[in-house]
Amino acid sequence: MEAKNKNLWVFIETNEDGTPKNVGIELLTPGRDLATKQGGALVGVVIGSKVDPTVKEVEAHGADQIIVVDGPEFAHYTTDAYTAVMYQLIEKYGPTTILIGATTEGRDMGPRLSCRLKTGLTADCTGLDIDEASGNVAWTRPAFGGNLMATILCPDHRPQIGTVRPGVFKKTPGDPAHKAEVIKEDISIPADQIRTKVLEVIKDDGGESVDLEGADIIVSGGRGMGSAEAFSEVRELADALGGVVGASRAAVESGWIGHAHQVGQTGKTVGPKMYVACGISGAIQHLAGMSGSDCIVAINKDPDAPIFEVADFGIVGNVHEVLPMLAAAIKKIKG
Amino acid sequence: MNMLVCVKQVPDTTEIKIDPVTNTLIRDGVPSILNTFDGYALEMAARIKDKDPSSKITVVSMGPPQAKAILQECVAIAANKGYLVSDRAFGGSDTLATSYILSEAIKTLEEKEGKFDIIFCGKQAIDGDTAQVGPEIAEHLGYPQVTYGLGAEVDGDIVKVKKEVDDGVEIIGVKMPCVITATKPDFDPRYPTIKSKMAARKAEYPVLSAADLTTIDLERAGLKGSPTKVKKTFVPQKKTGGIKIKEETAEESVNKLIDALTAAKVL
Amino acid sequence: MDFKFSPEEQDILDMLKELCEKQIGPLAAEIDEQERFPKENVEKLVEMGMMGIYIPEEYEGAGLSYLTYIGACEMLARYCATTSVVLSAHGSLCSWPILAYGTEEQKKKYLVPLATGEKLGAFALTEPSAGTDAAMQKTVAEDKGDYWLLNGTKMFITNASEAGIFVVFAMTDKTKGNHGISAFIVEAGTPGFSIGAHEKKMGIRGSATSELIFEDCKIPKENLLGQLGKGFKVAMTTLDGGRIGIAAQAIGIAQAAIDAAVKYTKERVQFGKRISQFQWTQFELAEMQTKTDAARLLIYRAAQAKQDGEPYSHLAAMAKLSAADVANDVARRALQMAGGCGYTREYPFERYMRDAKITEIYEGTSEVQRMVISGWMGVK
Repeated sequence: MEAKNKNLWVFIETNEDGTPKNVGIELLTPGRDLATKQGGALVGVVIGSKVDPTVKEVEAHGADQIIVVDGPEFAHYTTDAYTAVMYQLIEKYGPTTILIGATTEGRDMGPRLSCRLKTGLTADCTGLDIDEASGNVAWTRPAFGGNLMATILCPDHRPQIGTVRPGVFKKTPGDPAHKAEVIKEDISIPADQIRTKVLEVIKDDGGESVDLEGADIIVSGGRGMGSAEAFSEVRELADALGGVVGASRAAVESGWIGHAHQVGQTGKTVGPKMYVACGISGAIQHLAGMSGSDCIVAINKDPDAPIFEVADFGIVGNVHEVLPMLAAAIKKIKG
Repeated sequence: MNMLVCVKQVPDTTEIKIDPVTNTLIRDGVPSILNTFDGYALEMAARIKDKDPSSKITVVSMGPPQAKAILQECVAIAANKGYLVSDRAFGGSDTLATSYILSEAIKTLEEKEGKFDIIFCGKQAIDGDTAQVGPEIAEHLGYPQVTYGLGAEVDGDIVKVKKEVDDGVEIIGVKMPCVITATKPDFDPRYPTIKSKMAARKAEYPVLSAADLTTIDLERAGLKGSPTKVKKTFVPQKKTGGIKIKEETAEESVNKLIDALTAAKVL
Repeated sequence: MDFKFSPEEQDILDMLKELCEKQIGPLAAEIDEQERFPKENVEKLVEMGMMGIYIPEEYEGAGLSYLTYIGACEMLARYCATTSVVLSAHGSLCSWPILAYGTEEQKKKYLVPLATGEKLGAFALTEPSAGTDAAMQKTVAEDKGDYWLLNGTKMFITNASEAGIFVVFAMTDKTKGNHGISAFIVEAGTPGFSIGAHEKKMGIRGSATSELIFEDCKIPKENLLGQLGKGFKVAMTTLDGGRIGIAAQAIGIAQAAIDAAVKYTKERVQFGKRISQFQWTQFELAEMQTKTDAARLLIYRAAQAKQDGEPYSHLAAMAKLSAADVANDVARRALQMAGGCGYTREYPFERYMRDAKITEIYEGTSEVQRMVISGWMGVK
């Protein structure tokens, strides 16, 4: 497909109550930058049901134009409905670049859409730029479990599409006075064209939802904690610091703590002010999710553990000794 | 049920190390394994077969001849038959080209094995981590998809898929034929048995080359058929220069850390 | 001189290794601590077909070599000595005599469920007053015409409370000494057969070791295993083979201790260096590995001889004598390297030391092995 203009689209994911998910608003930040470099407009694409709150947010966060598709069939994401709508919109408007959040929804829709458009998609990007030589978007993403970074171009096909990892870009404070052109597209998808049906929704276990991405302080435990019981030492320190509990994949897979707490390549990407890694060796998969933290503190008995290479402060020692002492010391400071 | 599981041989990325001198990946000696998520996909198919023993599981992999090893592994675990899709013309394919080739291979396989009711894939390969090939196969075939599956159960003409979403789990009903991609479920894949392992060693693993895929358009395969190009790869930068504390006792270490954190105004 | 595993055999051992790494190893400390039978491990071994690994396919075994079975015992012991001895008692001490001495009917009825793992096997020779001096059997089997009447007590029986099939030795003619002993197949649940208290042991604490009590227990006539009065030979030849499995267990433990010591010394820093950087550590580990490998070769030689139908009684004795000695020495030295940490239950070293000890005792003490070897040498 040929691009009809130099516009850049950001797909804005919505919640069922019509508010936006964080990632879409975050992507308006690099979207602005890339759109300016490409010499086109920044367009927010909002699909959902009763999405006025989202439209306002997108407007405040700097979109030049907002394309809105609003209908009850879009309240809950479905592959078929969303892909069909996006395809129709792209055919009509012909943007040159599309950013989609690399969430479970974004990574479900992205490949379906790019395949229908027979264009290229770069998944789970952590870096976005314009390739100076060709003017294409240079999509940078981790591969080999974060061991390697690859920069990908999509030179001959349009639109060029990427899914972008949540938490990598920070949303701007926003300006409620900023105005955008809002275009309402009247598209509806007949029920028989939606081939999947949500039969049941089970929210996360016992309210143990955890906002790792938004946390200022995270205390994470890894394989070195040794057992589910010992994880209470991590919790205790997190409580002392007023932070939340994270975990490495090894700890999650050992069943010591729920998947919602996992930080790393297959978990959450976090960027707190302080990240305390307890008994985490620092496999590259874990580093991929937390090396953007402002201050990293590591506690590990192995002085050669890779975690010390990224840590600002580290204690070489037994976590079971250090954690309770550290928690006590911090409680004392905080009174 | 007639099921297909798409599998990939990948380097065990947890074993990959960086050469500190050249700052490049050390690939030598890194074992090749069945992509972890494909193992989960196979287990999901096997669980359907457990309930309905008349079911059949076929596995297919696109890759070099040595990828036969993972087909053998899958047959030892639960599959009835394994096919390798292999041709130099397929080299350099990105996800769009790969999914196209696999969708063409699936059409050819269906002539031999019958129409597949469910096509399982791992949600992503642990080397590329794109999570694109599954949904793209679904698009090429025009089938509905459910990604991030934690388990699948057949109920009449639909499959009920337990799907992981950002804030919990959903049960999705999808009509067959369909594509389901598997993420890490809360059960472990089964082990092979001595007998199945020995039988898998003796089994045949037919190879499908470009010539066997009768309707394939080779313009859409390999490098030519790949819209994305890798411009460069590099090893991510590590930050250095932290303070490592190691005093005689844990208490002294903790005190020193508290002092350092206070001095740095982190606390 | 080819004590190598074929690619097929290696494949099977790799498969077992995966199970060991994922499940059996991680559970080992818990099984030891709680002194509980490793039920979940045995279930997995059953599913894999390991319980009949060397039993011919006609009896629904996997039909692999005896050497592969020995390799499996070693592999298991590297991760969990308790699980290794469960397989060893089942495979060497119960399945083997039925395979070697059983009638076709006995094999169909008893060897098949042992090979599939449907039933676990055990072996009952030792008595309160018949340990190393096994000929002092007090358990008696009386010929009652239609059946055997079994009375007596066996002790230190591995797998006792978990097994479904037992090979039991008893006097059928007290006047004939060794030649008055016969072997019988006894099923769990036979009236008059009960299991006594669980023994609390120093090591291999998860294995189910108990007394067997026979009180007017009626055994079907056809359950005599081998010929009447030839039970002592059945017992001794069975133990010859069993020793290879125990030797394999011993070097499995030794290797585990070495592996743990290598890991520990590379992590532990003293005097500003990792202790693996001290030459004493390097030399000590080199010697430990060399001794272990030497014993391993003796084991493979014995297993190969057994497989090839050659005399192997003395070879098995040498293998077990050497391996048990190495295991105890290596486990002790590994613990010493880990110092205070090694002495705590946070680390596996003390468990390896406790698990190693039994290999010098059961299925013939090290002293018995010396008797067998010197006897073979003609030293009288």
